[in-house]
Amino acid sequence: MQLQLIDYAIMLIYVGFVVGIGFALKRYMRTSADFFLSGRSIPAWVCGLAFLSANLGALELVGMAASGAKYGIATCHFYWLGAIPAMVFLGVFMMPFYYGSKARSVPEYLKLRFDERTRCFNSMTFAVMTVFASGISMNALAQLLHSLLGWNYYMSLVISSAVVLVYVLKGGLTSAMYTEVLQFFMIVLGFAPVVWLGLKDVGGWSALKDILHGVSQDPTKLGLNTSHNFGPDAWTSIWTPIIPGPAANPMGVDVFAMFFGLGFVLSFGYWCTNFLVIQRAMAAKDMSSARRTPLIAAVPKMLFPALVILPGMIAVGLASTGKSGYHLPQQTISDGAYPAAIVAVKSASTDQSGTDAATASISTAVGRKLDSDKVAALLKDEAAQPLSDEDIKTRLQGAEADPDYNGVILSLVTKYCPPGLMGLALTALLASFMSGMAGNVTAFNTVWTYDLYQAYLAPNKTDQHYMNMGKYVTVVGILLSGGCALIARNYSNAMDIIQLVFGFVNAPLFATFLLGMFWKRATSLGAFLGLCGGTLTSLLFHGCTVASGNLPGIKGAWISTVQIFPSEMAQNFWLASFAFSSCLILTIVISLATSRTKSDEELNGLVYSLTEKIREPDQVWYLKPGVLGTLLLLMCLGLNLYFW
Amino acid sequence: MGLDIRLPIGMMFTLLGALLAIYGLATGSDSAMYQSSLNLNVNLWWGLVLFIFGAVMLFFALLSRFSKK
Repeated sequence: MQLQLIDYAIMLIYVGFVVGIGFALKRYMRTSADFFLSGRSIPAWVCGLAFLSANLGALELVGMAASGAKYGIATCHFYWLGAIPAMVFLGVFMMPFYYGSKARSVPEYLKLRFDERTRCFNSMTFAVMTVFASGISMNALAQLLHSLLGWNYYMSLVISSAVVLVYVLKGGLTSAMYTEVLQFFMIVLGFAPVVWLGLKDVGGWSALKDILHGVSQDPTKLGLNTSHNFGPDAWTSIWTPIIPGPAANPMGVDVFAMFFGLGFVLSFGYWCTNFLVIQRAMAAKDMSSARRTPLIAAVPKMLFPALVILPGMIAVGLASTGKSGYHLPQQTISDGAYPAAIVAVKSASTDQSGTDAATASISTAVGRKLDSDKVAALLKDEAAQPLSDEDIKTRLQGAEADPDYNGVILSLVTKYCPPGLMGLALTALLASFMSGMAGNVTAFNTVWTYDLYQAYLAPNKTDQHYMNMGKYVTVVGILLSGGCALIARNYSNAMDIIQLVFGFVNAPLFATFLLGMFWKRATSLGAFLGLCGGTLTSLLFHGCTVASGNLPGIKGAWISTVQIFPSEMAQNFWLASFAFSSCLILTIVISLATSRTKSDEELNGLVYSLTEKIREPDQVWYLKPGVLGTLLLLMCLGLNLYFW
Repeated sequence: MGLDIRLPIGMMFTLLGALLAIYGLATGSDSAMYQSSLNLNVNLWWGLVLFIFGAVMLFFALLSRFSKK
């Protein structure tokens, strides 16, 4: 792929504008509250789009398209079963406590409601998770740019993080949020034409459905990672393949895991407690704007599957028909792996140990799964007449068995975009990366400065001191993310691993917030031990279970193999369900056994039953959160039924 | 905050849209280049879409600026 001048010009204009916004906002950054909280002055629609955009990192785009290819339209459950109801719940029921308590962060709410221990635990785990999420996203971007454009892995990391660094340092949360709005439009307008061209090429939605009916009855033909066939609806219906059980859908999940694990625990745990997104709502100018933030965000979120999941399905459809020579992308074998691989090929071609053993040994050398028929053909040719190293390299690359699903979205971009549109689509990818990264960095620097540094390391310093600390830690956070990016290189599907991390940290957390906000009897000891117990449960659960096809180790069962799940996704959903339930039960039991530490007066504004209901008599009826929320849920239900 | 974000968004997309549309016009005769995009001059058409989007954003930003004064 060779980029033209026009493509670089588009990227530069974009970079110029985001950096320019940072500089334009610099003069408003006077106090630490301006830097970390935007001085609570942002209008609702900006908060709403920033709320969405902070979550729409490169990981979301790349991972959702990958899941769209692997699992089909059922991936929409992440949106229509998970995100939307959770966002409605946040706006209608939880936001009054986050915003009304005047807490500066989610961990600080925990301190006000419970005590320092819970806050400390939450802020530390959150800090670690944010850095990891950011690192995984960085890795995804750099690998894509490397494999498709030949850009240097480290170079693309350094340049794109440097841009984020500059505008976050200059304009703090305000510039992160304002650029997120700009990036939101960039992402939508940059990818929409690619998806449209893809859909047109494959013959429209109903033609795509027909093709995918065929694919689901013979998924192995495309190297879709499944050992058996499904009913015709497996890729094109969201509920029909889930209801009969794990064997009937490529996700390998059952209805309970889907509803309770993903729809309730994971989604509510993410959208209702994750400071990354909630920070955007907390920056709103008043209570009703704060409550409308997630509700405004829910509208485009509901339509996003067309932009992020559909490309994956289109790619599978195109690959299946073989139309215009499209095939699913494959990861380039790294140059470092070839010397050992060539030795393995040469030795396997001379000894007659059988194809399976030879494929296994060469696969290990290459570090990727290989197709045994193609390896056998290669060995036969090599035995007949020694091939050159270059030939072996090409044949090995061609013998890769598993497609690289993370490359799906960029493979469509490179297929359909002429110079010009190409620059726009790549800029959209960069924009999504930057919005996700800036989101993580601003959440990280706030939690570090207010909840760890000011709380424990250096209390009672001047405001200027904390603002400077925020700037230093912005730099540190970006460097740490870079380190995590290198760790993340070992995983094939970025979404699965991030779900796993969320399962460890977020799943039990939602139980703590639910009880904290809606049950005044929950005590601080109960909350703290419940949270520890819940997180410990996730760890133990992960240590005792594994997904079929994975070896015991990093992907689970490092204690012993008690339960084997049909897929990693099922494992994650069940893990979340267990962690949440154990945290809930532990917190209730311990709370009842201990005496209350906070009086009713202290909990005013923090707990539902002790807080006066918000009355907004001057609010027009159709802008009331309850009305908006109900409307959103009805639309969501409609989508579920339509694609049933 | 004193910055209306619609202003930079509007400016950026009118600029990008104009650039893309002009590039599309200039390369319109090159049919080999647009083979990949199903023989559509997507640069021209999508450039116009971006331009209109940017202009609408600018319009509202300037409208609120003048109505304040």
